[in-house]
Amino acid sequence: MSNLAALPIILPLLAGILAAFIHKKRTLVRIGSQIFTVAHLLLVIWIFLQVKNQGSLVLETGDWAAPYGIILVGDMLSMTLVLTTNIVAVACVFFAPKSLSEQQESFYFYTFFLMLIAGVSGAFLTGDLFNLFVFFEVLLMASYGLIVLGNGKAQLRESLKYVLINLFSSMLFVTTISFLYSVVGTVNMAQIAERVQEVEQRGVLTTIAIMFFFVFATKAAVFPLYYWLPRPYISPNPVVSALFGALLTKVGIYSILRTFTLIFNQDVELTHTLFIYLAGLTMLFGVIGALSTNNVKLVIAYNIIPAVGFMLMGIGLFSEVSISGTIYYLVHDMIIKGVLFLLIGAIVYVAGTSDLRKMGGLIHHYPVLGWLFFVASLVLAGIPPFSGFIGKLLLLRGSLAQEEIIIVIVALVSSLLILFSMIRIFIRGFWGEKTELSYPERKRKGNRMAWPVAGLLSLSILLGMGAEWFYPSIQSIAEYLMNPEIYIDSVLKE
Amino acid sequence: MELIMAILAGILFTTGIYNLLQKQMLRIIIGTGLISHGAHLFILTMGELETGESGAPPILTEGVESYTDPLPQALILTSIVISFGVTSLLLVLAYRAAQINGTDNMEQLRGTDYE
Repeated sequence: MSNLAALPIILPLLAGILAAFIHKKRTLVRIGSQIFTVAHLLLVIWIFLQVKNQGSLVLETGDWAAPYGIILVGDMLSMTLVLTTNIVAVACVFFAPKSLSEQQESFYFYTFFLMLIAGVSGAFLTGDLFNLFVFFEVLLMASYGLIVLGNGKAQLRESLKYVLINLFSSMLFVTTISFLYSVVGTVNMAQIAERVQEVEQRGVLTTIAIMFFFVFATKAAVFPLYYWLPRPYISPNPVVSALFGALLTKVGIYSILRTFTLIFNQDVELTHTLFIYLAGLTMLFGVIGALSTNNVKLVIAYNIIPAVGFMLMGIGLFSEVSISGTIYYLVHDMIIKGVLFLLIGAIVYVAGTSDLRKMGGLIHHYPVLGWLFFVASLVLAGIPPFSGFIGKLLLLRGSLAQEEIIIVIVALVSSLLILFSMIRIFIRGFWGEKTELSYPERKRKGNRMAWPVAGLLSLSILLGMGAEWFYPSIQSIAEYLMNPEIYIDSVLKE
Repeated sequence: MELIMAILAGILFTTGIYNLLQKQMLRIIIGTGLISHGAHLFILTMGELETGESGAPPILTEGVESYTDPLPQALILTSIVISFGVTSLLLVLAYRAAQINGTDNMEQLRGTDYE
């Protein structure tokens, strides 16, 4: 049964390879990918339910017993994130044909897309640190392919910086793994966690912990390592931006969550206090970035950064309530960032410009897009009863319980500023005199773009409205993360 | 032996980072290559080098007392393949970027046309 843990990685990989062979038959690949993604989502839901009912899936590849071979661990946290990834993927695959040009679509978009899904799922499911690095590379390779798709001038220019920064942090990741290997003598996460408790040299381990944090923070765009993020994220096609915004930074946050609850939970005073400070700065600087620009795409891209701050804050507080807040926020943010990037892609497409000063009066022609955007802004800012609110409520409750008042104030102020930056787009872009349509021929296509987004957004609303229904399982994940022994026992089978 | 390896890795890292901070694209790519080789040497060193009379094999069979830790070797192999792939991709990307933007100077590749 535990073989199920490998399916979310292998199936998209195989489908991606298959799509590469028939990439010239556009309709076939498109419909094939759509069918595949939906079927795969159903399969992942089934695996998720299996894990929920019967406990973690542990796959020891090649039948090597746990500390020696490569292992894949499908616990509730991983499977929740894999499920969310696949939900975002379904929305993106239905949005893709409407926004990609023919040339972009036939140049292996679906291959890279499926490989990205495989890489992201792999990073969530893997049980040893070196494979985390390998799956990081798999998803980064796919993202390098996606980011240059279309061969634009700005795209090539920005992708170069993106590739370089990721290459550098990957090499640092390998170096850090080798440091840890020399101290504890293993790369299996469960065994590292077990040995870290025994090792006497706490100073060395804290240094290694900070180095790991540096690597993951670069991928997750934490202050001050976020400067590379906004521009490469807005230069490719909206679908690609949505995938990046929804998935890539979240893999970084997941890695921080996993390593700092499971392995480096020794020197909480130092590392986790550092996280709280950085979380506050991340929120503030991200939101300042969002307010500083008139480019609507850039506003959305900058809004990724404060969300990362919120999640890091939960990890820094390190209590059961705050960790469950982080998990809730993580799931919410994956969905809502997908929604926003797709929406803004549609808006820029129908308006013909991404400059806020040149827009106006769009709501007369595109009421559906307008109201979707309005609701999405409320969800992002965390207005009750939407899903952003529940995550923030849990985080704030966690910080009030530990009397961290400053971070509460920073979080509330930055939420307000996020709302302001989003409503600014709504007011300037959608309100105003009814004007002639600048591109009337785009109207039908623009309205059709709204449907996949509406589906994803309704899910996000459901996540907020049905919080009572989701909260128990999220709380149980947090409980599970706070007790790393369960993970260690399930992997090493003692 | 470990000391020599550590110094060598250090030199590779230093020269790599020096090259990474240059303006010319090709130099930056050479820099990333040097850094990744530094990292690989580093893994090898961290796995504790066995310096017998003629070195020791990374195999564990019955009767062999002195052997090198095989895990770092497996890790390096994977890591080399990955860095090889990324470097070749980066070269192609740099070539296209230089061709389309008309320059290979990173200073001139700053993004300003979004505001």
